[in-house]
Amino acid sequence: MRGRPNLYTSYEDEQKILPTVTQRVTMGAFLLATVTVPFSVVPGLRFLGTPGWLQILNVMLVFLVAALGLNILIGFAGQVSLGHAFFMAVGAYTAAVLAGSPTQALWGLELPLWFALPIAGLAAAAVGIVVAPTAVRVRGLYLAIVTLGLVFIGAHIFRNWNQVTGVPELGRDWGPLQLALWDIDGPALRFDKDGDWFGVFVSAEGKTFLFMLVVAVGFVVLSKNLARSRLGRSFAAIRDRDIAAEVMGVSEVKAKTQAFAISSFYAGVGGALYATVVGALQPEIWNLFLSVEFVAIILIGGAGTTAGVVLGAIFVQTLPRIVENTTAFLEVQVETQGWFAPIADLIIRTDGADLGIVSTVNNGPGLSVAQANGLLFGLFIVLFLIFEPLGLYGVWLRIRNYWKGWPFTY
Amino acid sequence: MVRSMIILAQVGGSTLETLLTKLLDGMALGAIYTLMALGFVIIYKSTQVLTFAHGSVAAVGAYLVAYFVTIINWPGRYLTSLPVTLSFVISAIVGVAAAAVVGIVIERMFIRPMVGQPLFSIVMITLGIDIILRTLLGDFVGQGSQLDIGAPWGIFSVTKINGVIIPHSYVATIVAAAAAVIVLALFFRSRTGTAMRASAFDQEAAMAQGISAGRIFALAWAIGAALAAVGGIFGSVPPRGFGVNQTTPFFALRAFPAIIIGGLDSIIGAVVGGFTIGIAEVMAGHYLSQFTDTLGIGFNNIVPYLVMMGFLLVKPYGLFGTKEIRRV
Repeated sequence: MRGRPNLYTSYEDEQKILPTVTQRVTMGAFLLATVTVPFSVVPGLRFLGTPGWLQILNVMLVFLVAALGLNILIGFAGQVSLGHAFFMAVGAYTAAVLAGSPTQALWGLELPLWFALPIAGLAAAAVGIVVAPTAVRVRGLYLAIVTLGLVFIGAHIFRNWNQVTGVPELGRDWGPLQLALWDIDGPALRFDKDGDWFGVFVSAEGKTFLFMLVVAVGFVVLSKNLARSRLGRSFAAIRDRDIAAEVMGVSEVKAKTQAFAISSFYAGVGGALYATVVGALQPEIWNLFLSVEFVAIILIGGAGTTAGVVLGAIFVQTLPRIVENTTAFLEVQVETQGWFAPIADLIIRTDGADLGIVSTVNNGPGLSVAQANGLLFGLFIVLFLIFEPLGLYGVWLRIRNYWKGWPFTY
Repeated sequence: MVRSMIILAQVGGSTLETLLTKLLDGMALGAIYTLMALGFVIIYKSTQVLTFAHGSVAAVGAYLVAYFVTIINWPGRYLTSLPVTLSFVISAIVGVAAAAVVGIVIERMFIRPMVGQPLFSIVMITLGIDIILRTLLGDFVGQGSQLDIGAPWGIFSVTKINGVIIPHSYVATIVAAAAAVIVLALFFRSRTGTAMRASAFDQEAAMAQGISAGRIFALAWAIGAALAAVGGIFGSVPPRGFGVNQTTPFFALRAFPAIIIGGLDSIIGAVVGGFTIGIAEVMAGHYLSQFTDTLGIGFNNIVPYLVMMGFLLVKPYGLFGTKEIRRV
């Protein structure tokens, strides 16, 4: 049987997450490299250990958790939802009220994180269960519009319920990222302060990263297992043909409710973590754009595939930084008349006079860096959908299949 | 300008006067929603695509109109002493036509290659287009721009009849929407319009009769974008809005409830839904203002969605929408 990768002799073998030795070794190496990121050990990836990059990675992991949830809803169960930001907000504010500290104008119970985080997920899941019957009644595009409405109604509530969400445009404080048994004054593990772990110095961002990594890996495994369980198969059945699924004994109402509940649980936990990573959040950020960002992660990564969602989260979250660094690099090229100066001159404009698409001057003509980023973001969604509907995962499949038969074409 | 705003904010003495004033306000808002909803419905009926890029197309259209007004009236450039009405009419026609071209370009470049792909993918493409257009718009408009379209009816001028306040801008909005509906009705009786209806009814049969489906697609997007642009103009003219800005696209998002109430594929539904939502929003804004402490500031903005939610539970396919028939 050895050396024949597509031959399976038992159902269990075929259902394995990592069927081949190569995959297991690669995944192990990848995980090892990821764990050592805060310590800047692996050559070539040392720059990731800087606080700036670690912060990006932290947000990326949080987005990954929430995007996995949306993937369960859109990719596995086929229910188009634009309301993910709303469910995230429900989780975030549940966690904020449970773990945050109270002031005159704010509610807060100062409960520990290990308690607030799951409750945040459960609260979001409960809201998801309430919304789910609508998904049974309306389908397809109608559901997309209903969930869109949910975001706007939610935005109104968050803007006005100031005891929970804080002052508009300022936001409120959030519970600290620390693991304490109960007493918040003497936490067992702190993730929000620099310090030594087993004699090794770890920065606050590094600690947060490790915590987020554990949570994210847990959710990835959970999502992967969900896809190959009875529940995941019932989702796929509902997605592919709901009437056929019902004929085979899969309850549509039940499956959709479960999909919404699980997806919202992910969203709730993701929202709560997002708040703790970024700090104070304005009530206005839980808007349609955030939902679209998650849809984009799934579409760019590859809908319905867990590996795709991971790739998508990495792509979408590093894109702004890549655009920023590229612009900075091109600017230096123009100033010093380096090798790439002719191309750089075409792309960026350093003063009002010369031509170029991206402007590095504040309020100058041309796109700002943030706008260039937004433009690329939209372009990538469109281009991926037109040219590679399977997303980055599809790109990976193509590369893999090419090398599988190399040097023969098939 | 400030004084007329105060007049607008003032509510007349008697209840009836208030009601009529607010009714006109609601109808004007409903007219904008109707224009947006008509565009949605025409695109959806012809191409089965629900476009999320409608709002930004509307804003781009309104921006183009404002742009043409500006370059026409450029001091000492082309026509220095052009009457306001003429400059407005010319730039409105050119601007709306340019918006129609934007619609055709979107259809040709992004929607046409996706024919036959899952609906969800196409809808998500329109979301991507929305992001692109909105970014470009943000770049061109900048922060807090004013739409000076040289409105011939006078931006803040009002007429008072028996205590009922009638802003001319609102009357212009309603007239424009009514004209659009009439023109559309006439268009659907024409040869091309009949071809379009035939194509929406049964695309294969229409193609067998020699109707080009691709042309119908492009035409639908052109009409939809043009209607959106007209809606965008009136949505950004004071006192309704304050110039084309980042919030102009939201008119289209708030028109979603209108098409849901009317039914995704019904022209009449778009008109009925549009006016219903508009009037409901304004009435809620006025008559529920005493409950602001409970309901929160800006409650009227979410009234369309609340109406929509309630409606969906009762009639999932809207008032005039075709029921989806599911076969095993």
